[in-house]
Amino acid sequence: MSPADGAASAVRAEAAASGPGTAVRRPSPLWTLSLFRSELTVTLRRWRTLALLGILAVLPVLIGIAVKIETGGGDGGGGGDGGEGPAFINQITNNGLFLVFTALAATLPFFLPMTVGVVAGDAVAGEASAGTLRYLLVAPAGRTRLLLAKFAALLVFCLLATLVVALSAVLVGAALFPLGDITLLSGVTVPLSEGLLRALAIAVAVAVSLVGLAALGLFVSTLTGSGIAAMSATVGLLITVQIVGAIPQLDVVHPYLFPYHWMSFADLLRAPVPWGDILANAGLQGVYAAVFGSAAWARFTTRDITS
Amino acid sequence: MDAPPTAGEPAVEARGLSKRFRGGQLAVDGLDLRVPRGSVFGFLGPNGSGKTTTIRMLLGLVTPTDGSAALLGRPMPADARRVLPKVGALIEGPALYGFLSGRDNLARFDAADPTADPATRRARIDAALDRVGLGAAARKHARTYSLGMKQRLGLAVALLQPRELLILDEPTNGLDPQGMREMRTLVRELAGDGTTVFLSSHLLDEVEQVCTHTAVMARGRLLAQGPVAELAAGARGRLVVTTPDAGDAASVLKEHGVTALSTEGDRVTGDPPTEPGTDLADLNAALVHAGVRVRSFGVENGSLEDAFVALTGEGFDVAG
Repeated sequence: MSPADGAASAVRAEAAASGPGTAVRRPSPLWTLSLFRSELTVTLRRWRTLALLGILAVLPVLIGIAVKIETGGGDGGGGGDGGEGPAFINQITNNGLFLVFTALAATLPFFLPMTVGVVAGDAVAGEASAGTLRYLLVAPAGRTRLLLAKFAALLVFCLLATLVVALSAVLVGAALFPLGDITLLSGVTVPLSEGLLRALAIAVAVAVSLVGLAALGLFVSTLTGSGIAAMSATVGLLITVQIVGAIPQLDVVHPYLFPYHWMSFADLLRAPVPWGDILANAGLQGVYAAVFGSAAWARFTTRDITS
Repeated sequence: MDAPPTAGEPAVEARGLSKRFRGGQLAVDGLDLRVPRGSVFGFLGPNGSGKTTTIRMLLGLVTPTDGSAALLGRPMPADARRVLPKVGALIEGPALYGFLSGRDNLARFDAADPTADPATRRARIDAALDRVGLGAAARKHARTYSLGMKQRLGLAVALLQPRELLILDEPTNGLDPQGMREMRTLVRELAGDGTTVFLSSHLLDEVEQVCTHTAVMARGRLLAQGPVAELAAGARGRLVVTTPDAGDAASVLKEHGVTALSTEGDRVTGDPPTEPGTDLADLNAALVHAGVRVRSFGVENGSLEDAFVALTGEGFDVAG
């Protein structure tokens, strides 16, 4: 709507209104923000979301306790990735901060994306099956605006879910193990403060890794009127992609799968940081977001809302 | 309220509105609808007649396969952003977030309206809750609400802003008799404020009690529309004879072309003969001539129900 149109409609409304309180207000330039905030609040107040975040917070505790029990204070050695168990797990006993990297490496392949898949799949389909979608649309939220608000809320959720894991891991790591200067994978030792900054950067990199799946889930969510169907389809897709990614004979398609560069976040533990894979990951997630975001938009803006 | 500048335009207008769903089912077939401003419009039809699909098309939720719709003089769904803030709607029952309180539900739907001023949100929510009588339960989770309370909260959503048009799909569903009466009072009040109310219903007496205009829909087609009084008057009245000799009376009336006869105690009713030139006085004379003692003889005026049954061909149809 052009500003002139808006003014015209406000004038019309003023003329039609009987009192000062009844004028139709001109939409604020920040018209999407209020809906985005509402979207985020509603997402975070669902018990399902809270339960998923709760489990994410507990996982680092489990890993931390397991490592504490397993190693009677022995030196794990500088294994880095590979070897048995999640990456960095051998280093935790030396420095509790490594629990952050271990916890993210352990949850990124499945649990963290599953959480995102559930929330993304539910985003539109859940509202459709509850019937609230029709009331949002006649409010009128606007289909493009609603989808944008939902996608923005999903992005925030990706970051939030990752931060929950990271924060819980920092606290557990500090409680159970010594904290101190960090020896990076490239052998350089940096102070704890820089280690914490790198941990934050890793959390952001992991959150970015989830963007592609979030867009995919949002698209799936526009296809059906059943929240459960959309959630299970999205999580099913995640599992399928992870299986395909694990089959060496299919390596032709691997570079096009969204988890292909997921473990690149470990590069942030090198000095200097080799940015290649991290940027490739961001690029791949951006492509997924663009493709499936557009598909979701095309589908959602033309769909008949019959539920 | 002053007359709106667009008073000449109907509040709702549909031209040739049609919807064929994928799978080929024609839900709405060439609907021409005109709802005058300021009217209380009853949209009647049996379940499955296409009322809800029509309402969804009017509100831009479903895209018509053919024809056009306009609300408050503006095309839908093209002008949805400008029109819908002035339209409140209750569509196929309320839909709420069960894990949010009644008040938070209202805040959620209000946030979705880009014209809603967040600064007045609290006050408007309070006013809407008061208007539907839910003030006391506003802090309870919506999942604990009874169907009637949910219906009220759904109506409160429609009343968050001052509206020029209210579209209420089966607004009394799930309400107890007291709630239904309150709903009717509320509809009359809103109409008194100058709001056009478009309400769909399958309850004839409801429409007859509150509506000024009505339209009847069946199997996707519009069968009639107009002021309630005109439509009801169009229905043929029933001939009613009260007599102790009911059996004789029925056979005499049948000989004289009265159809759809039924006898209840001393009351014989039937459709008067349709041939032109038949005078009901002759029927009375014939009864008396045959020795039937007539206590009373007359025609009961057609009700909206008679009109509805005649139009849709549904309901009781006793062979004569």
